[in-house]
Amino acid sequence: MEALLSLFVRSIFIENMALAFFLGMCTFLAVSKKIQAAFGLGVAVVVVLTITVPVNNLIYNYLLADGALAWAGYPDLDLSFLGLLSYIGVIAALVQILEMFLDKYVPALYNALGVFLPLITVNCAILGASLFMVERDYNFAESVVFGAGAGVGWALAIVALAGIREKLKYSDVPDGLQGLGITFIIVGLMSLGFMSFGGIDI
Amino acid sequence: METVRETLTSPIFKNNPIALQILGVCSALAVTSSLQVTLVMCVALTSVTAFSNLGVSLIRKHIPGSIRIIVQMIIIASLVIVVDQLLKAYAYGISKQLSVFVGLIITNCIVMGRAEAFAMKNPPLPSFLDGIGNGLGYSVVLISVAVVRELFGAGKLMGFDILPVVTEGGWYIPNGLLLLPPSAFFLIGGFIWILRSVKTDQVEKPDFKLSKHTVAREGV
Repeated sequence: MEALLSLFVRSIFIENMALAFFLGMCTFLAVSKKIQAAFGLGVAVVVVLTITVPVNNLIYNYLLADGALAWAGYPDLDLSFLGLLSYIGVIAALVQILEMFLDKYVPALYNALGVFLPLITVNCAILGASLFMVERDYNFAESVVFGAGAGVGWALAIVALAGIREKLKYSDVPDGLQGLGITFIIVGLMSLGFMSFGGIDI
Repeated sequence: METVRETLTSPIFKNNPIALQILGVCSALAVTSSLQVTLVMCVALTSVTAFSNLGVSLIRKHIPGSIRIIVQMIIIASLVIVVDQLLKAYAYGISKQLSVFVGLIITNCIVMGRAEAFAMKNPPLPSFLDGIGNGLGYSVVLISVAVVRELFGAGKLMGFDILPVVTEGGWYIPNGLLLLPPSAFFLIGGFIWILRSVKTDQVEKPDFKLSKHTVAREGV
């Protein structure tokens, strides 16, 4: 239990997807102009990550890993080279299913998330989390915690950046740095800030 | 001939994927702490972009509009798997250093973006060149960031000593900050600043214009 809690905290702060591994940067920079939009996207990422990472974990452990197909009578089969294709397929399919499910049963949330759901398929944070899960050999429980933690960390980062950018509108930025340039520098400073979490151990 | 050159060179500075289109930033930041790794990443990305553009463009007339994203995804993912396996076979050390970032070429927006925006509408040859051009535009930014980071952060380039560092009896005190992740943001921010100071038409409009300080007149 303690190990899981520690993993959760670590994946939110120390190994923050956006600020330590730079995953999901494209959407991170593009959708962080308003807090409300950033919050919507953040929630969507948390939901999708919490579902896709464990699902990909099951697929890897029971279908793709070396010798994983022993239950089907193929103990020598190693399909791990199909990993990339399967993970992205799972992510695309899950996002689609989630979209249809929300549309039918929770229309309020569907309208709030709206345009952000399809965007998530190509968000590197989602695929990145699945790849990290495989690389670090997480078991099922760990993958659930890691997925949720990575999502919360990413959401935290994008909401914080959106808050700063909303204030930034009123400041006098040099012409060449206007917009994208200054955003990069702010994210760099935030990343430095998040580095101070390093060394926290629970 | 003129258009061929145009498709190849315009993404390098005029329409740079990283600095202007905000595409493919993720991997640009994470793999730039050493030049060797960066070069491998650039070659991998350029070839994937070029060949996925070629592939998508060849079958563009047969792809139904509603499932085009999935078709593109499959073409790109297959190409990335080939690259990944090649790297694991011939450059295992580097593929370990790149870790998940080879796989993340799939979700690199440059590849998807060019397939969707260019290859779906143009014949195979221009699409192939457009892929190479955008790959080069990405490489220019990455390589310049990586050179600065490795040279001033560790005093080396490609593993060779350029600036002898103090700890090994030289004179150069390395700037450790440049090896840490945040420095990549500052460098790319600076790169954009330089690029936009030269090409002023790329400057973004501010949301609010600050008014000039007005000098209060004496009570008239």
